[in-house]
Amino acid sequence: MTDFVKAQARRQRGNMVLFLGPAMVLVALFFLGPIVVDLVLAFTDMDRTLAVSTLTFDNFARMASRDSRLIASLSLTAVFVLCTLGIFNVTFALVLAVVTTSVPPRLGTFFRAVWLLPRMSPSVVYALLWLWVLDPNERGLLNQILVHLFGMTPVDLRTSSPVAVIVIANGFIGASLGMIIFTSAIRSIPEHLFHAARVDGAGPLAILRHVTLPALRWPISYMTIQQTLALLVSFEYILLITNGGPFFDTTVFALYSYRRAFESGQYAYGAALSLVLVAIGVIAALGLWRLMDMSRLLQSPRIEVQ
Amino acid sequence: MARIELRNLRKDWPGVTAVDGINLRVDDGSFVALLGPSGCGKSTTLFMLAGIYSPSDGEILFDGARVNEVEARDRNIGIVFQSYALYPHMTAAENIGFPLRFQGLEKAEADHRVAEAAALVQVDQLLQRRPAQLSGGQQQRVALARALVKRPRLLLLDEPLSNLDAALRLTMRSEIRRLQRHLGITTILVTHDQIEATTMADRVVVMNRGRIEQEATAEDTYRRPRSLFVAGFIGAPPINLVPALAAGDRVTAGEVGLRASRPVTGEVVVGVRPEHLRLAASGVHGRVAAIEPMGREVLLALDGPLGRIHLLIAVGAGMPAEGAQVHVDFDPADTLLFDRSTSLRIEDVTLTPDAVVAV
Repeated sequence: MTDFVKAQARRQRGNMVLFLGPAMVLVALFFLGPIVVDLVLAFTDMDRTLAVSTLTFDNFARMASRDSRLIASLSLTAVFVLCTLGIFNVTFALVLAVVTTSVPPRLGTFFRAVWLLPRMSPSVVYALLWLWVLDPNERGLLNQILVHLFGMTPVDLRTSSPVAVIVIANGFIGASLGMIIFTSAIRSIPEHLFHAARVDGAGPLAILRHVTLPALRWPISYMTIQQTLALLVSFEYILLITNGGPFFDTTVFALYSYRRAFESGQYAYGAALSLVLVAIGVIAALGLWRLMDMSRLLQSPRIEVQ
Repeated sequence: MARIELRNLRKDWPGVTAVDGINLRVDDGSFVALLGPSGCGKSTTLFMLAGIYSPSDGEILFDGARVNEVEARDRNIGIVFQSYALYPHMTAAENIGFPLRFQGLEKAEADHRVAEAAALVQVDQLLQRRPAQLSGGQQQRVALARALVKRPRLLLLDEPLSNLDAALRLTMRSEIRRLQRHLGITTILVTHDQIEATTMADRVVVMNRGRIEQEATAEDTYRRPRSLFVAGFIGAPPINLVPALAAGDRVTAGEVGLRASRPVTGEVVVGVRPEHLRLAASGVHGRVAAIEPMGREVLLALDGPLGRIHLLIAVGAGMPAEGAQVHVDFDPADTLLFDRSTSLRIEDVTLTPDAVVAV
């Protein structure tokens, strides 16, 4: 081996450390580390004192037999994910993308920007706005409208329909991602296809069904899987807007494990619960992957050269 | 089948006029080519005929009835796009049958029509394939079948051959022509390729900057171009255009003197096609600057007192070398005379030889 080749190999190694190093450290610290910690904690009896006295399967035994909230929390999570995904993050995102690409471009861009605003603001600000909108006294935005415009009595949606509140609050912010992805997918459809469909006799709805939607098949599949996983573990808006309440009414599984760990101080049980959430996430992802035939998306390029 | 008429048709985009008031009649069952460089307004015109763009002004008439306000889907036309625009998720059969979905046909009847259209363009063996599984030529045939399946009264072809390789282009050219004759369908072809236009169409409409420069048979656009633009656009390699001065019956371009059959005055342009020039013992002289073999013939570029002149000669003995001094001659009857100020050809003038001024 010549010195030149050796030097080149050394430089390549150096570059690898330089370029990959920082990201690897971050992944190890904030991704792999917590997984290991969680995995270990789940099999201990750590509580508020942070002391570990024994390794045990007790946390899982408790989940299986003695946790009366577990089933309720799981089914709430299912309702939350399905409704947010089904109504907003995919369906409403699709409606937004289709509508904003059918109106004049400037108007479409304006409306997409409006729907993107919450994503650009800190989640606390977004949550505070919802708190103001939903405020049960007459100063709340919703109540101002109901009382002054419609002469109704003030409502307290956070108490009367808390699940709807968390679905809507998450959906309004969640729809924007799908909207962006679907919009760019619609934009990438060759314009001639729309022209051909019009000449072939298709009306607006037929064009939507036969030209637009088929082109969105992969983006929709991708968004469904990605958003399912994101919604399964997301609870920041719920924590900020309803704090899981009233009582445990909006405590989705992710928030439940958070509350067990950080409110009740049952760190080991919280860790065990989140381990279950990871398992649910993996099963959901694999199931949806199968169902939507995503491997085909990754196999062959979907871009058609025109 | 339909008779098409355009009256003062105009299309303005913000800042640009794509089509600048054109008038055109297309007879029932005829094949017309809109020919011109990119940006001349030919595709915009086609899209207005299809109902995809709406005209800014003027009228489009099908069989004498105004269709400006008629939706694309109600015009009963078929169109083949340059990109073919096949629906990627549908099979060839579904693509061809797509226009029939909106006509409320019985399934058996629709299937029959799809098979008929597929047979017409010889894709009946490929019906279960998707566009991605078809070659360019096959996609084109499917696109043609889809355009024809609803038996339209007008067939529009937008650069249909430009994505095909040379051999296939030749085949499709004659095939489209054969189909058009067989079906007797009024057809409008948009192309930037003069060979395509002149070989396929009955009449050629040469367009430039949103206007029609000339509407004539292919032969007339070559022999009797109406303007300098048509003369330069039709014919390959392009015509030699030499500025000249006319006074009385004499036309003088540098060392060349010609006699006109009637008095002409002012600045003119003399056009001689490269294929009408020949090497000679005397005549216009020039130095061979470049030699381009073109198969059966060779294109010579000469630099001389008249500027750069191209001539096309048969391959053979006596081929001059690069840098050689040669003389070229031509039959003045083959020349075209244009008025420089109007860019139009001066008609009814024939040129005859006059003395060639010796240099």
